[in-house]
Amino acid sequence: MTSVVCGGRGGDMRGDLTATTITIPGANGDEIEAYYAAPSDGGPRGSVVVLHHLPGYDAATKEITRRFAAEGFAAICPNLYSREAPGADPDDAAATARALGGVPDERLVGDVAGAAAFLRAQPASNGAVGVIGYCSGGRQSVLAACSLDLQAAVDCYGAFVVADVPDGFPFAFTSLRPLLENLSCPLLGLFGAEDQFPSPEQNVEMAILLEGHGKSFTSHTFEGAGHAFFATDRPSYRPEVATKAWGIVLDFFTTHLAEA
Amino acid sequence: MCTYATTVLTIDGSAKGKIGWFSANQATVYFDHPVHFARGHALMVDLANPSEGPSARVGLELSPESARALAVAILDALDAVSPALFEADGVTR
Repeated sequence: MTSVVCGGRGGDMRGDLTATTITIPGANGDEIEAYYAAPSDGGPRGSVVVLHHLPGYDAATKEITRRFAAEGFAAICPNLYSREAPGADPDDAAATARALGGVPDERLVGDVAGAAAFLRAQPASNGAVGVIGYCSGGRQSVLAACSLDLQAAVDCYGAFVVADVPDGFPFAFTSLRPLLENLSCPLLGLFGAEDQFPSPEQNVEMAILLEGHGKSFTSHTFEGAGHAFFATDRPSYRPEVATKAWGIVLDFFTTHLAEA
Repeated sequence: MCTYATTVLTIDGSAKGKIGWFSANQATVYFDHPVHFARGHALMVDLANPSEGPSARVGLELSPESARALAVAILDALDAVSPALFEADGVTR
């Protein structure tokens, strides 16, 4: 086993890991379910909070969580629907949460704070924690990075980061435009050129706003890809783009999660 | 994208799902990413009874064409019924 560690991607090059379902304190001290995966080596290492998409805390997102562990990061995916549907199948839980109006922003921030605290408390942690989210989780990743002390954040095609929410919108959240000045860490945005939610124009606006606030923002907009190009279980999957984007994500976290 | 757009309505009926038959009192209709149907987006319908837990749900994931055809078929079926039948059951058409 090599002892080279660089904030992840350095520990056990065999990709050995352990993964299990645990319970962590989330917002308001609520006990929430989470899927935790960590490399089998002893660290020290950076860690990542993985935010699932609107369809839920599903097998595909757990696979992403394990991938981070195989790459040398500790990773945890909190079940954002733990309260509405404890123990339910992911699709039933997602349907229940949707009917109730989705995850409130304040609660999301509390759940990510709990996940980050759990990661930092692990003996192998180097104290650095990043966040990544997909689809609705992309917006939530930016929200968390604008609300918490984190070391890196990745927004994978999250809608309504800078776009205004239409009247009559069924979910209780708003554009994150007013919060961008509070971004606590470098942000990476990964988008599809064929996506309209967020649109390439909105992503440019996001870059301009963040630059105006003096924030570190790097984005990639991939041709030939639309929304959810990472999703291996969906027709939107674009293997070439996803492979390239995975490399960008891992490089980004390796750089920014090397130390707290 | 996640469209988020969701309509929730109160209904009166029964549905059969994972837990067997249950009284369905809520329908949720939205156009978003399906779980099983191999399309990027689908017209989704959930028939549920929240008081019986998340598993008291029947989920449909339909292509837009299928959803419209189903909606028309439902309306046609109702329109074909004699008004007297509704009156006999004490319900409105």
